[in-house]
Amino acid sequence: MLNQIRPAILMIVVMTVILGLAYPLAMTGIAQVAFPDQANGSLIEKNGTVIGSELIGQSFASEKYFHGRPSMTPGPDPQDPSKTVPTPYNGGFSVGSNYGPIAKPLVDRVAGDVEKLKAENPGVPVPADLATASASGLDPDITPAGALFQVPRVAKARNLPEEKVRQLVADNTEGRFLGIIGEPHVNVLKLNMALDAASAE
Amino acid sequence: MTFNGWLQIALFSVVVIALTKPFGGYMTRVFAGERTLLTPVLRPIERLIYAICGVDESKEQHWTVYSVAMLLFSLAGFLSLYALMRLQAAIPLFNPAGQAAVGPDLAFNTAASFVSNTNWQSYVPEVTMSYLTQMAGLTVHNFLSAATGIALAIAFIRGFSRRSARTLGNFWVDLTRCTLYVLLPVSIVIGLFFVWQGVPQNLNAYTEATTLEGAKQVIAQGPVASQEVIKMFGTNGGGFFNANSAHPYENPNAITNFVQMVLIFAIGAALTNVFGRMVGNQKQGWAIFAAMGVLFLAGVAITYAAEAPGNPAYATMGVDQTASALQSGGNMEGKEVRFGIANSALFTVVTTDASCGAVNNMHDSLMPLAGMIPLVNIMLGEIIFGGVGSGLYGMLLFCVVAVFVAGLMVGRTPEYQGKKIEAREVKMSMLAILILPLSILGFTAIAVVIQPGLAGLQNAGPHGFSEAMYAYVSGTGNNGSAFAGLTANSLFYNTTIGLAMLIGRFAMIVPMLAVAGSLAGKKIVPPSAGTFPTTGALWVGLLVGVILIMGGLTYFPAVALGPIVEHFAMNAGNLF
Repeated sequence: MLNQIRPAILMIVVMTVILGLAYPLAMTGIAQVAFPDQANGSLIEKNGTVIGSELIGQSFASEKYFHGRPSMTPGPDPQDPSKTVPTPYNGGFSVGSNYGPIAKPLVDRVAGDVEKLKAENPGVPVPADLATASASGLDPDITPAGALFQVPRVAKARNLPEEKVRQLVADNTEGRFLGIIGEPHVNVLKLNMALDAASAE
Repeated sequence: MTFNGWLQIALFSVVVIALTKPFGGYMTRVFAGERTLLTPVLRPIERLIYAICGVDESKEQHWTVYSVAMLLFSLAGFLSLYALMRLQAAIPLFNPAGQAAVGPDLAFNTAASFVSNTNWQSYVPEVTMSYLTQMAGLTVHNFLSAATGIALAIAFIRGFSRRSARTLGNFWVDLTRCTLYVLLPVSIVIGLFFVWQGVPQNLNAYTEATTLEGAKQVIAQGPVASQEVIKMFGTNGGGFFNANSAHPYENPNAITNFVQMVLIFAIGAALTNVFGRMVGNQKQGWAIFAAMGVLFLAGVAITYAAEAPGNPAYATMGVDQTASALQSGGNMEGKEVRFGIANSALFTVVTTDASCGAVNNMHDSLMPLAGMIPLVNIMLGEIIFGGVGSGLYGMLLFCVVAVFVAGLMVGRTPEYQGKKIEAREVKMSMLAILILPLSILGFTAIAVVIQPGLAGLQNAGPHGFSEAMYAYVSGTGNNGSAFAGLTANSLFYNTTIGLAMLIGRFAMIVPMLAVAGSLAGKKIVPPSAGTFPTTGALWVGLLVGVILIMGGLTYFPAVALGPIVEHFAMNAGNLF
């Protein structure tokens, strides 16, 4: 039995070298050559500055932009670094609300958000994704319904015809893979960049 | 529920079925030491590993030696992983975010977690673990704990397939072959596919972006893809990021999501075929596959049905939760838009049928009856395809019990695969099965009556109870998913969940190997007119029945206090 001690220790050492160093570092090397954009996080640059990642949602508050979903990510409190404060779309701390369906804090939050959303587009039911927090807090997408709901507000704030904004939503809607897998979605950052480009014309 | 939702579920099922036979054939050859396509490349590496480690590959081990080798290997892994986390701040390698040393109770919990193939995470990875720890610690154990489980399953199958034998194989050889021939090649290919689809693979510092509105946004990076693939394929489930497979960098689109789900089931499903081949009748494997499939589909149907109508608490607010061409609708709290309801429900069931524990949605925010399914899946022992290796040996223990029950009904000594099942095997099987509820119910009962346990709960009412129970269910079942509102990074939870994980893994394995050792030594009795057939629908029904009755008798009261009460409270319009 004691003669199993030596292989136990050496096996950990050898496997750590193969699986813990050689494998991930080789994968990094290949990935950096074969798919440099994706391997570095699908970052989007504008005039030399990184403005975000195609895959990571970011916070939009302005009337002129489409808004993403509620995000529950925290961030360090600037007043007191030992505490955290709500910091939506903090790409360094992914988390959801983790409230159960009949938790009072959840239902109160949703009710508050729905009131605000109704005010910007009265008389239209609020699509579920706009009132509920995503799992990661970094969801880059909204549903096509969630985008169309915001069209009147954005068009008004930008002084663009609604028809044109609706067209931008359609252009930026991605369907299911092969028409079957996944759900239709609209990438909020890409849509907003297209919007900026359209306004600049 | 939509037609498209069910179509996606059907497509997933078809792919898993199609992979089972060819992949099972490949794995059978690997563990028999036969030549495969990859042998010319990998054989020299394999021999070099044996030479360095002093392993004689021709020497087989008695079940006790096999157990000791497995336990010593896990101990060595535990200690080295613990040390790496404690020292990560002092090692000036691959730590661009400057992560501090991991505290002792968290390091204990995490080492127990990754060595036991649980990957429960009390920590938030992107603010806790250095890239070195993620690669040389956590990624390594994603491979090794998976390979250990598969090796054990193969040893257990040998208990049935051998006759009058004293040995079950060589642990070091099974471990090495599994790692080199099965886990590593798939990880390289699919890992690169993930990078192509958008999963990062770099060693850069976290990116600081200036958003369109001019705010600063920190974006965590890292060698994600190389860990992501083995996290799924080895049914480990420990995320590179806190949000796990809900994080867009871990699981960027519906295609990666589909592949991740297939990876979770691939080995567990193929092992049923390996079993059939090794005992000389593939139908024996398909019978077990069928029992698993029935339980899988039942879980998917319940979860999907509970999620699709959405949350009645929003009903009067004017929220549109109906599925249409423009949205998936349903209970979208804790979900990602690109996955919607069908893929979230399916992922939830897949990850808890297997002992994976990766999540693409937050289980804590599932509807009450949808949240019940992952709990029940894990409580039943994760025998529905199951964890790599552990799913099959868990299921075979139930097979032993099921033939015993059948034998009692007709008053005849039970046999399974030609082996007489006697008192010793039944006792050991029951011991292995009963250890799990002891840990789950025992620890939950403690946590919900003492202050350090209650302090960790985020949700009030019955959901809070579920939150604590889920932690011990997940820990003991070596799953690793969570009702993540629980603040588990405390001395109390780190210690008790750490113990639950070790009990759930190792206290089950030893009696299981004892059964295997005892079976291997027996002769094979040729089937006679009195032999209960273990291939047809009757057998599948009996097996499913035994699993559900044992699970129901053990856990129904506890489940009634959590999700079932919550469901009725919801229908009555109560909030907590």
